Amino acid sequence: MRRYGLRTFALGYLVVILLAPVAVIFYRAFEHGFWPAWHAVTTPDAKHAFLLTIELALIAVPLNTVFGVIMALLIVRHRFPGVGFVNAVVDLPLALSPVVVGFSLLLLYGRQGWFGHWLIAHGYRVVFAMPGMVLATIFVSLPFVVREVVPVLREIGTDQEAAASTLGSSGWQTFRRITLPAIRWAVGYGVVLTTARALGEFGAVSVVSGRIVGQTETLTIHVQAAYEGFDLVGAYAASVVLALLAVATLVLMTLLKPKEETR
Amino acid sequence: MWQAGQGGWSSFWDAVSSPEAVAALKLSLTVSVLVALINAVTGTAIAWVLVRDRFRGQSLVNSVIDLPFALPTIVAGLTLLTLYGPNSPVGIDVAFTRTAVLMALLFVTLPFVVRTVQPVLLELDQEMEQAAASLGAGSFAVFRRIVFPNLLPAILSGVAMAFARAIGEFGSVVLISGNLPFKTEVASVFIFGRIESNDSVAAAAVSVLLLFISLGVLLAIGALRHYATRFDHA
Repeated sequence: MRRYGLRTFALGYLVVILLAPVAVIFYRAFEHGFWPAWHAVTTPDAKHAFLLTIELALIAVPLNTVFGVIMALLIVRHRFPGVGFVNAVVDLPLALSPVVVGFSLLLLYGRQGWFGHWLIAHGYRVVFAMPGMVLATIFVSLPFVVREVVPVLREIGTDQEAAASTLGSSGWQTFRRITLPAIRWAVGYGVVLTTARALGEFGAVSVVSGRIVGQTETLTIHVQAAYEGFDLVGAYAASVVLALLAVATLVLMTLLKPKEETR
Repeated sequence: MWQAGQGGWSSFWDAVSSPEAVAALKLSLTVSVLVALINAVTGTAIAWVLVRDRFRGQSLVNSVIDLPFALPTIVAGLTLLTLYGPNSPVGIDVAFTRTAVLMALLFVTLPFVVRTVQPVLLELDQEMEQAAASLGAGSFAVFRRIVFPNLLPAILSGVAMAFARAIGEFGSVVLISGNLPFKTEVASVFIFGRIESNDSVAAAAVSVLLLFISLGVLLAIGALRHYATRFDHA
């Protein structure tokens, strides 16, 4: 009996906090049928916001993947003073408020910022433009690949890599033939998490983008703008697009995870 | 961030101790502590049900746990506002209250404790529990004396991540809280407001505080990890 009590408690909590709210958003978006929702997400502003969001992810994810693998190799395979500190600091974007992230970019690259003054004088706009939003997206989605790859690298050890190099393979060959195949699922899983975070970023981008409709408005910002402008169907419909992307992420995570465990 | 130090210690102090900043920080801290405590209980319970229980649809539930990581925070806030807001289909309206802030934070922090406790529980050898039970320990005693001490480091590091996430959360709170100063305005919304009104000093001062809290939590988790695995490299 107690077993059922615990099960009911755990599942009930999930329904109240998580599942019921997400289900309602789908209901509200399609309350008046499919076409109003479709029209709401195909307005020029909504389309622009969608494409901008995809574009940001396409820039941030590859960069963070390469960086993440290099960083994980550094943390696991190299001993240098402060490695523990670096390991903790890599997680900072997970723990730090996105508003603070956006604000620090603003202070560095804004009109009165450290670099901003020089940049603006030379005709570069970082804040309230694409470069700032790219920086913000990269920052917030930085830790995921590192986090997934580090434990796998620890586990596989260095035996095979050492064997490869005694047989005369170069550093790059060892990495490509031995290390990379061993960590590929972890990298894949990290990439999925990075993509989800990049697509869904709101706080940091909200601060640095200036939220200019049709120019620097991402899909998440579009949701807020639509809701605050009483365009409820628009807000719900854009939310459904983002929620579907989230569901796709979950499916990919589930597909990648078992393979990683049975490795 | 160094902007905060530009006016010297006293202007930093003035900015942080302004009544509105204090109210926002206090709200963020208390709600985050509450969120951490609730997560310690619900997260452990969910992890337990996922590992030790068997029921239909379990693997689906297991995948759904990660939804708050995958779903954009602004969408999370909007979904809660739709179900528990002014036009609630179930007749519950908590919009623009502190309860709403609490619920939003519970939504976004849900996976942390579950995902740290789950693997430890999976690895945990059930023989110890069976031995204790055969020696006459009740199931609560088994949990308290055998299972709980083994899970504690994982629970603590999950709770710490949830706390750090909660204290800086912005997207999910911004719509549902209504951002009423002194009532439902959390620290990150306060910072956002100050940036909008060009009050960099106040924004930077509160940002620095949040930054130090995040760093502190991360270093604490690192120390905890080190402590929990101290016998692993024997």
